[in-house]
This record gives sequence, structure tokens and C-alpha cells, in this order.
Amino acid sequence: MNFQQMMLTLQQFWAEQNCIVVQPYDTEKGAGTMNPMTFLRTIGPEPWNVAYVEPSRRPADGRYGENPNRLYQHHQFQVIMKPSPDNIQELYLESLKRLGLDPAHHDIRFVEDNWEAPTLGAWGLGWEVWLDGMEITQFTYFQQVGGIDCHPVAVEITYGMERLASYIQQKENVFDLEWVQGVTYGDVFKQPEYEHSKYSFEVSDAAMLFQLFSTYESEAQRTMEQNLVFPAYDYVLKCSHVFNLLDARGAISVTERTGYMARVRNLARQVAATYLQERERLEFPLLKKGAEQHA
Amino acid sequence: MPKDLLLEIGLEEVPARFVRGAMEQLKEKTEKWLADTRLGYKEVKAYATPRRLAVLVAGLAEKQEDINEEVKGPARKIALDETGGWSKAALGFARSQGADPDSLFFRELGGVEYVYAKKSSIGAETSSLLPDALPALITSMTFPKNMRWGSYDLRFVRPIRWLVALYGSDIVPFEITGVATGNVSRGHRFLGEDTVVEQPSVYVDRLRAQHVIADIEERRKAIMEGIRSLSEERGWNIAVKDDLLEEVLFLVETPTVLTGSFDPSFLHIPQEVLITSMREHQRYFPVLDAEGRLQPHFVTVRNGDRLSLDVVAKGNEKVLRARLSDAKFFYEEDKKLKIEDASAKLENIVYHEELGTVADKVRRIRAISDRITQHLRADEEVRTAVSRTADICKFDLVSQMVYEFPELQGIMGEDYARKAGERESVARGINEHYSPRNAGDRPAQSLVGAIVGIADKIDTIAGCFSIGIIPTGSQDPYALRRQAAGIVSTLLAHDMELTLTDLFKIVLEVHAERGLKREAFDITKEMQEFFALRIKNVLAELDVRYDVIDAVLAAGSEDVRRTVLRAKALQDVTAEGRKAEFRPAVEAFNRVANLAAKADSRQVDPGLFADAAETRLYEAWQQAHGKFVKQYNEVRMEDALAALSALSEPVAAFFEAVMVMAEDEAVRRNRLALLGLIADDVKTFADFSKLAG
Repeated sequence: MNFQQMMLTLQQFWAEQNCIVVQPYDTEKGAGTMNPMTFLRTIGPEPWNVAYVEPSRRPADGRYGENPNRLYQHHQFQVIMKPSPDNIQELYLESLKRLGLDPAHHDIRFVEDNWEAPTLGAWGLGWEVWLDGMEITQFTYFQQVGGIDCHPVAVEITYGMERLASYIQQKENVFDLEWVQGVTYGDVFKQPEYEHSKYSFEVSDAAMLFQLFSTYESEAQRTMEQNLVFPAYDYVLKCSHVFNLLDARGAISVTERTGYMARVRNLARQVAATYLQERERLEFPLLKKGAEQHA
Repeated sequence: MPKDLLLEIGLEEVPARFVRGAMEQLKEKTEKWLADTRLGYKEVKAYATPRRLAVLVAGLAEKQEDINEEVKGPARKIALDETGGWSKAALGFARSQGADPDSLFFRELGGVEYVYAKKSSIGAETSSLLPDALPALITSMTFPKNMRWGSYDLRFVRPIRWLVALYGSDIVPFEITGVATGNVSRGHRFLGEDTVVEQPSVYVDRLRAQHVIADIEERRKAIMEGIRSLSEERGWNIAVKDDLLEEVLFLVETPTVLTGSFDPSFLHIPQEVLITSMREHQRYFPVLDAEGRLQPHFVTVRNGDRLSLDVVAKGNEKVLRARLSDAKFFYEEDKKLKIEDASAKLENIVYHEELGTVADKVRRIRAISDRITQHLRADEEVRTAVSRTADICKFDLVSQMVYEFPELQGIMGEDYARKAGERESVARGINEHYSPRNAGDRPAQSLVGAIVGIADKIDTIAGCFSIGIIPTGSQDPYALRRQAAGIVSTLLAHDMELTLTDLFKIVLEVHAERGLKREAFDITKEMQEFFALRIKNVLAELDVRYDVIDAVLAAGSEDVRRTVLRAKALQDVTAEGRKAEFRPAVEAFNRVANLAAKADSRQVDPGLFADAAETRLYEAWQQAHGKFVKQYNEVRMEDALAALSALSEPVAAFFEAVMVMAEDEAVRRNRLALLGLIADDVKTFADFSKLAG
């Protein structure tokens, strides 16, 4: 199964489970969790089921396209279901079967792994899912997001697409993966991997980035004062990405690091609180709609 | 007729490290409920896998025991009113016991007549108690980490997905988080199916048929048997670490042992790196040859049967290959690292906001280490090796390998230092200064590693104490207790002539240079108390009796080595069999110590002796004192104690012959001073009044 078929298969499968399928969010981010479709929508009482592919940038993980397993940008397939369904594990295992992975012929285990994203004020309990010893998925029941208790609880399933593909296609090097017949992962991403790594480690202008961080931060603050949650959150994401670039450049000392992370976390918490308040003001539209549908 | 009870809680995969505790908790809670509820039973057994916690009560009585007891009430004179009828007090008592006032009666107890009520109740049917008791039992369970799921409020270790509750063949009806009880359990996630458990006694067999081994001992045996037959077949020595086996035991419901290999070219990476990578990341058991050398194979346990075992092995090999390639990359990169450059980078790593960078810490370790070698009058070779080791003891913290595997700190340092041409004693010292690494670990074997290790640990402890980080209760984020215990065991292992007082003085001098915010006197006092508790634990671990520990610690514990040996000597002479022989000495010492408290000087004038017994005791003390001091200094504690014990006869004779509190003040003070001299020696050894009779 090629990379593209895998993404289509998962989209199709989760669409069948009543998830809305959305497209990747257009602001740089380190993980699918940071997409507002997850970060904001898992807050509050409204039901929410969504699935999407998220290209995720982690500047410090770039290896100039030379390392067979490490990437500046990788792909996550993200599923959120709130409230978490009772048969969520079975659904997940069913999705693996769709990818051609019959559990009876493999060793699949749920190994404890508790997830925490300090910059998002978020944490949850769950597992990493092992396929014959390889971690292929993060499976998390969110307990808090943006410092707010989750009730009902959303479950997050994050497939590591490159890892899964390297197993399914039996490839040692991520760049040898087949995207579609005749086109490899390397054909699509090798050059950007090299260039982004070079930029992040050698070329980026730290002074400009520091300035951007402050600019984005104050814009996030200003926007939040107008209760404009989504635009404010975009600037939080930008802060986070700029911070990651500075970190990769080695421009942030260990002591400063904690300070910058706290600044991002404070913004994220404020956005989360404002989001909840705004949804409440709108009388939680999706809650009402869910009740009408069940009536 | 008694029947069996089965309760199975079906869960999403419980973290391996919590399963055993949860199983034991379920068993204890069940037993406690049975006892509190007065329900008879034959036996309680507990089962656990990653997906289920179960308890089976064999032979559970059908009803509670009836109660027939007599309860004592108020005394007769209060129980009757003026007219001879029941008073308010008596009527209230009857009401509180649910007894008819007419059934009250009197009985005498200790010469007083009291009113009594007969209390009896018919035991309730077990089947009527279970529907409330079982859910309460489940929801009262606690775990180290809890979660909520779906729209439910219950906090539990992981979501509950099914419940089996059977009393005999009847389902005990209740519901938790939308899950209703039934008699259907679930089999292995991939190999088994749902299975009806008709009655509790068939539970284990029904599950076994569905590829679940519910009994943890049976599962452990299956794993060990798989490992044993593999070792036999291949001639391997498979290194099974208990904590890893325990984890694996709770990751699988049907264990199948399998093996895979890796490219032998990885074997040039230090063995510890490969083993750590396999154990920590992959939960593999490493394979060794007879000489303990790592072989290019691994052993793992699959949660399943033998179907497509080759696919599973190949998959695991692929993962390990990626892991080891990473390790190899780090190792090659780290080789380019120069020790001096690496040490310089420590200037940028904050150790603690108030205690400076790691480089600052290293400078303090160096200063403390040098002062210790001076104090010990160590020879030139040790002195230079200690200085160098201290200077570079943390350089590997900036290596990629230690960043990836923090537990390899020191181990990588040793390897890299040796390759960089450092002396053997220095390379080894870098590794050993972290010893003992955990509770069961041994202290540093080399003197160099021991000295630098003590310096590092005492720097951490004094640093933390100086800024108010002092362990309380379960709060000990910097593992200061373990570090203090490490210092104690290292001092003992090397028979080091270094008292805690000396060590505290050295470390606080060094810390004074960075400026102490608190008084050195206060910090010292807190460290003394802190270490006294550690020494107490060390003595308890050496099986020293508690009264002996108290007696010895009352005489101080600043000299760790002599404290432990004093305890051992005292334990020996007070052991059963020798106790009687030693008792006169204890009595003599205690009498001396009591009176000596009144002594205000140590000036003894033999000219004031009025009795031969006084002269005899004085001479005996002079002799004993010389021996005692010499033997104490030479750390011959049994002999030192024997020297003191030799005084017991002359002391007894002295008390027989003279009146210490004589009328004449000069004579009295002279006698007290003599006792004071003896007491000073005795108190150096122990406070004998703390010994149990």
C-alpha cells in the first residue's frame, strides 16, 4: 500500500465512523494536537469527531535529508472523538486491518505512555501502540487542555504515517517510501528537508525571529482582548513555531528556554479560557444540535 | 450451601507497573469486606492480566453469621428511677440497641450491677448484599494515576469495558459507567473470543481456552520456560532482569518467547549502550555468552501465539536496527567530542538557579575532593587522580549518548575518557563517582571513585539544604536520602577516616565561597539530623536491634564507621546467651551515668579517697581509659567495650563501700568527678540505659 493510499484509507475509515474529515491547518505547527480542530474543539461540553492529516514541523529534528528516520517535517494522521466512544480501541484496531495489518499475524500492544504538552497546558493518559516492537500510534484520553478539565473526555489517536508506511512497505529509509507508483517520498520531500534543515540550523536570523516572537505575542494578546479566539490562536501557533526555530538555531539558553515556554503556555491558556467563554455565550451550538438529532 | 463468587473487571490495557498492586488491592478490599460483613469463606484468589483484574472467593457462605450478643449498659443505680421502673437512661440504651425494654436484665461486673441488653439479628442473605457491595468495592479502588473517559465522572486506572459478577451461577446485577454485569468475559484481544463463564469455578479454564492465562504465576512460568528452552537450544545465557520480567508479565495475556538478531558490527559500541537500548526502549532481554559478553541476539515476549512468529521477529529486528543505528551515530559523533570542550559546555547548563551551572558544581566537587584527600593524607598518586577525575566527572553530560540515555551517565564518561587516553583510575572514577546508583547497588570500589562520589553527593545535599530544599515525608525530588545513604555506605566500604563533622565543615567552607544565605551552623545541624536517620536505616538493614541502635546513636553518629562497629559490638554482647554475663556492666554504667550527671568537674584528688574501693576504682579507670582510647582510635570496638566492661566489678565494689553523696562537700565532689571520668568514656560508646532489659 503506498503512502497516498494509506492516507485515503484512514480518511475513508474514520469518515465511516462519523468523523468529519478536514484538511491540514495552514499555520506551521509541531503536532496535529495544535490544530485548532483539536486544541480548541476538545475543550467544553460539545461533541466533536474529526479526522485529518497534519504535516508537523519540528525544526530541531531536521537532519538535512540524510537520516533514514528523522525529519524536519513528518505526517500525522489525527483522529479526535469526543466523547470517547466505548469501542474506540476496537475501532482503532479495525483501522489497522484496513491498512492490511492483521493483528493475528503481528504483535500489537498497548504500552503505557502518558502524554503532556507543557506549552499547551495539556495532558492525558493512554498508550503508545506497538506493532512488532515499533511505536506506530499515540493513543490518548485528554484529561486537561489549556489548563481546563476535559468533560466529556476526548480521545486522540495519532498515527505516525512515515513509521507505519516504512513497516507496511518494508523500507529502511523514509525517503524510499512509495508515495504513489513512480514517485517516492524523497522525490517529494528530500529537497525541502535539506533546505529547511540548513535554514533552521545555519541560516535563520535569530534577531529577526526574537522580534517576530514578541510581535506575534503582543498581537495574540491584543486579538484576545477583542475575544477573537481563532485569530489569537493563530498567533500563538506562530509564536510556538518561531520558538522552535530559535531553539533549533541554539539561540535560546537553557534558562531562557523555560521563560519562553511559559510565555507560550500563558497565551494558550488564555485562548482556551476565552474559547470556552465564547462557546458558552453562543450557548454551545453543537451541544444543542446533537440533542436535536437524538430527539 | 456455600457458593463461589467471581468478580472480573474488564479494562483497557492497565499500565504494567500498576497491575500487581491493583490485583492485591482488589484482594485485600474483598477480604476486608468479607470480614467486616461476617461472611464465611474458604479462600480468596486473585488474577490479573493487562486487561482484567479478578477475584474469586471460594465457598462463600449464603448468609451472614447471626449475631447473638449481650451488650453492657448503664449501672443499676442509674438504670432505675425512683419508682423502680426503667429510667430514661435505660430506655435510651434499649432503644439504641434495638432491644425491647422488657428484655433488659442485670448482671454483676467487678462488684457493680449493670443493665444488659440481648442483641440478636439474623444474618442477611449474601445475594442481597452483593449488588451494593461489589460496585462500592470497585469504585473505592485507588491507583497512582487515575483518568476519566467518555462522559462519566468516575476516575479509574483505565476505562472499564466489561464486568463479570457471579455468585454461583447467578449474575450479581449492577452497573458502573454504563457497563452492566453479566457472565460473559472476553478472551485474548486477537486470538480469543467472548466466552460464557457459567460459574466462578470454570473462570480460569474458560479464559485459558480463549488464550488468556489469568494466573500470574502460571504466566511467569510459561515465560521462564520459554526462555529456558531457548537458552538450552542455543546455548545462550539470557539475562533476565526481574523488573523487566515483571513488566513483560503484565504486558501479555498469552506469552510466546521469540528471538531475533542484529548485525554483529554493532557490537563495537559499548555493551551497556546496546543493553540499555534493548531493555529500556524495546523491553528485550539481552543474550550473553558464558563469559558475559553480549551476543548479537535478543529475546522478546510476544502477546500471542506462534502464528507468523517470523514476521514478528523480522519487525522487531527492523526496529532494533533503527535504534542501534541511532546509538552508533551518537557514539561516532561523541568520539569527536574533546573532554575540555565538553567540560566548557557545562558552563551553559544550569544545575539549579540558586546553585549555579553544572560547571560551578564541578568546581565545587573538585574543591571538596581535594580537601578530602588532604584530610585523608592520601598519597600523591591518589591525589592527582582524584583532582583530574573531579575536574572531568561530568563532561559526558553533553554527549549525545547521555542526552539520549541519561542512565548511561558516567558509563559513557568512562569509555570516552579511556579512549581519550585518560588514566585507568580516572576513567573508572568517572563512572564510579555515581555509585551506588540505586538502592541495591554497591558503593564505589576504587578510592578515587569513592572520594569524588562523596564530594559530589555532599555538594548536592549541602547545596539543597542551604537553599531550604530539605526532604519531608514523601517529598524528596533530588533523591537526597539516597545520596546520603550512598555517602554512608561508601565511607563504610572504604573504612575512611572521615567523620561527618569533618565532611560538613569541608563542604560548607566550599559553599561559603558562593555565599551562604543561611547560617552554616543551622545547615550543619539539619544535616546531622538527616544523616543520623540514614545511619539508623543502615543499622536496621544490618539487623541491629532497635534498642541497640538507640543506645549507640545516643552517643552520636558523626563517625559513621565507629558508630556501626560500636553497634555491632554492643549487639554481640547483648545477644541471647551473653546477655546475662553483660548485665552487671550495664547496671554499673547506668548507675555511674545517673550520678555523674551531678558532677561539675573532672578533677580527682586521690588524697581525698577515704576507702580502698575508691582507690581501686580510680586505678582501674586509669588502666581502662588508656586501653579504651587506644582501641577506640584503632577502631577495635569489641576490645574497647571489653576495656569498659572491666570496670563493672570495681564500680560495684565502690558503690558497696562508699556513699557517693557524702556530707563532706570536697569528698562528694571528688567522688562525683571520678564517676564523671568513667561516664565520659561510657557515653562515648553508648547510652546503655536505652538497652532493653
